[in-house]
Amino acid sequence: MKKISRRNFLLASGVVTIGAALAACGGGSSSSTAASSAAPASSAAASAPAAAEGKVLNIWCWNDEFQSRFNDYYPEVKEIAADKSTTTLKDGTTVKWTINANENNNYQNKLDEALLNQDSAADDDKIDIFLIEADYALKYVDSDYVLDVKKDIGLTDSDLAGQYQYTKDIVSVDGSQRGTTWQATPGLFAYRRSIAKEVLGTDDPAEVQTYLSDWDKFNDVAAKAAAKGYKMLSGFDDAYRTFSNNVSAPWVTGTTVTVDENLMKWVDQTKEYTDKGYNNKSSLWDSQWASDQGPTGKVFGFFYSTWGINFTLLGNSLATPTAEGGKEEVGNGIYGDYAVCEGPQPYYWGGTWICGAAGSDNLETIKDVMLKLTCDEAIMKQITMDTQDYTNNEKAMNEIASSDYKSDFLGGQNHIALFAEAATKIDMSNAGPYDQGLNESFQNAFKDYFTGNVEEDAAKANFETAIKEKYPELTDVVWPA
Amino acid sequence: MWSGPHKRFYSELKIEAKGRAAYLARPFGFAVTRQEGDLMGEKTKKKGSISYAKWGYIFIAPFFIIFAVFQLIPLASTIYYSFFEYYRSGLKIIGPNFVGLKNYITLFATDLPKYFSNTLILWIIGFIPQIVVSLLLAAWFTDLRLKLKGQTFFKTVIYMPNLIMASAFAMLFFALFSDNGPVNAVLLSMGWIKTPISFLNTVWGNRGLVGLMNFLMWFGNTTIMLMAAIMGVDPTLYEAAELDGCTPNQMFWKITLPLIRPILVYVMITSMIGGLQMFDVPQILTNGKGGPDRTSTTMIMYLNNHLFSKNYGMAGAVSVVLFLVCAVLCVVVYFSLTKEDDGLTKAQRKELKAAKKAAAKGGK
Repeated sequence: MKKISRRNFLLASGVVTIGAALAACGGGSSSSTAASSAAPASSAAASAPAAAEGKVLNIWCWNDEFQSRFNDYYPEVKEIAADKSTTTLKDGTTVKWTINANENNNYQNKLDEALLNQDSAADDDKIDIFLIEADYALKYVDSDYVLDVKKDIGLTDSDLAGQYQYTKDIVSVDGSQRGTTWQATPGLFAYRRSIAKEVLGTDDPAEVQTYLSDWDKFNDVAAKAAAKGYKMLSGFDDAYRTFSNNVSAPWVTGTTVTVDENLMKWVDQTKEYTDKGYNNKSSLWDSQWASDQGPTGKVFGFFYSTWGINFTLLGNSLATPTAEGGKEEVGNGIYGDYAVCEGPQPYYWGGTWICGAAGSDNLETIKDVMLKLTCDEAIMKQITMDTQDYTNNEKAMNEIASSDYKSDFLGGQNHIALFAEAATKIDMSNAGPYDQGLNESFQNAFKDYFTGNVEEDAAKANFETAIKEKYPELTDVVWPA
Repeated sequence: MWSGPHKRFYSELKIEAKGRAAYLARPFGFAVTRQEGDLMGEKTKKKGSISYAKWGYIFIAPFFIIFAVFQLIPLASTIYYSFFEYYRSGLKIIGPNFVGLKNYITLFATDLPKYFSNTLILWIIGFIPQIVVSLLLAAWFTDLRLKLKGQTFFKTVIYMPNLIMASAFAMLFFALFSDNGPVNAVLLSMGWIKTPISFLNTVWGNRGLVGLMNFLMWFGNTTIMLMAAIMGVDPTLYEAAELDGCTPNQMFWKITLPLIRPILVYVMITSMIGGLQMFDVPQILTNGKGGPDRTSTTMIMYLNNHLFSKNYGMAGAVSVVLFLVCAVLCVVVYFSLTKEDDGLTKAQRKELKAAKKAAAKGGK
């Protein structure tokens, strides 16, 4: 008896171990085959009968910007989890948020992985909505993993009529629109009123603009600011977008990367600013950059687009953050000390599009989210009034622009009027699928040149190395003569 | 200790003292089998001989299965794919197309030597202070004359940094040494510097910090290993040396060091293997960028760059090179450890070898 039971035990434990090992193996191999086959799932999913709506809506994004818009303005929201990881809708659907940081293609890589496994994932684990940014919108829009907002999701032309045309063009391929957004992102130059008064003698946006209307004048002001102990810009990359948005061709044609002349102008200007001490040697998003925007900052201004003003600059300007009980009001830090003007060159920065993922089982919900959060004029207007974000509804924005709307944060300025003017100038025809990776590598590689660690040629070589690591398919890099 | 039916077994073992040692040294699993075999002796005779070896195989099977599934197969596929062009372009998968040695050629022609030397430099700046401080501390802690008080406390404290996750440690240093971080603030307020030092934007600032972190994280561990080695040295040697009028310095250099050499070699080689695989500290300290002009990019960070873009071909080639280097180091450590087992000195071994040779010649 004893012996038999012992043998049984041994056999059982052996079976369990082997079983576990094989199960792990099986799981691994099945997912890898799914990844390698990567069969496109587009139309199949779309034509599948939308019988019952899934109970879980999976949304992928890279920060909490859309999450807070959704929680605050989507009318169907019933309950928000304490840690904000899920939101419950009135019909019982659970919205699951998956947030992966954006930097260094991290969000894209994670999203790619998930989309490639979309077919084999359980219905409730499939991505339903994912967000994309202007810098790599084309990569997803031009794939089979997104749904057509009209054909598949069911929005109509009249639903989308109020949106800025460029926000529709950039996510369209062969006339099929694959995403929709609640914001338009024209860029402006946000400056400190107190510093402008000291350096230029005025803080009036129209007058300050006359001092900054082209790069030569901008450089003169930088010299004046430096003489008074201020920095014109915070870091190396602040002015980058104003140059990179005004290039003459996309980054990549075929497998050749072309570095635009305008980018080399940015390199020269930034090197000059660094050597002369016109900037504070920070990098975008680092702690120095953030504190330069706050009460202790000595920086004249920042290039920011719409979301940057309400989402980033406002938060950084407070002495006591809202999370610690601070209020968004004059007297907390430098709230009210900023103002905006057009700056030397029109540009845009960022922009977030909502895409429906192929294979989703929540088409009705997706449609409703898109309708309410990107097409609904009343909600769009409300978002702008509450948050100072610039929303994607031309009519509502023009109404606010011509109204007596005032932003307390910007010292009573109606910045929507400036944005409304700049929004019509946005040209995204040179955007491409590689923009994020190439822009970041370019900024990184030349940072070494600005700080004096390498010569310009070495920075160029490092850029080439870095992009070939990121994108093995790119073969050549052409530098301007 | 032993009673009942075990008594017979015990006495049997008592007779062969050597066998007992072997019995005790064996893993428990075998002991049970053998004991049981002994008890079931009568039954065994009836049925004829039954091999209990299969239980041994069953017991070691889980390891081999898990090793095969999680290590051997991935290893083989890594080597396999290192000969292929296999990456992802956006959401499209390119390859796998066989390209022969192209990945290796690109690797050696362009970047690998640079990252290999980066890795070695980063390892050396951490290892040299680590081994010096560890030796010193180990010698102090084990010195019978010094009788340091609060040893346990210090041993715990120096081991502490090893308990922190390397990534958390690197995050901490990233914050501490940033341009507007506390270190600069302190230096500024003490008036030692006028403008903040940009530690993280200079080559040696970055490398120095990586070395410092590795030193802090590992010197406690090394100290404890070396202490164990020193305590294994026969104390009578020290007594004799003392009687002969040896200074502590002489004892350290002439007795301690030569006798703990195998452990020193072991520490060095394991540290080198760990150093070759250095990743988390420089990765996080440089925000994944590998420092100015890629001077803090280690082999694994380079590997990670390729894996980030799902370039399995190139990543495989880097891994294979790394594997070969580590394998060579493992072989070195294996021989350096096993050759000490015969208990002979170098000179004795030489003599023995010469004698054997002579004998072989004589035989001819």
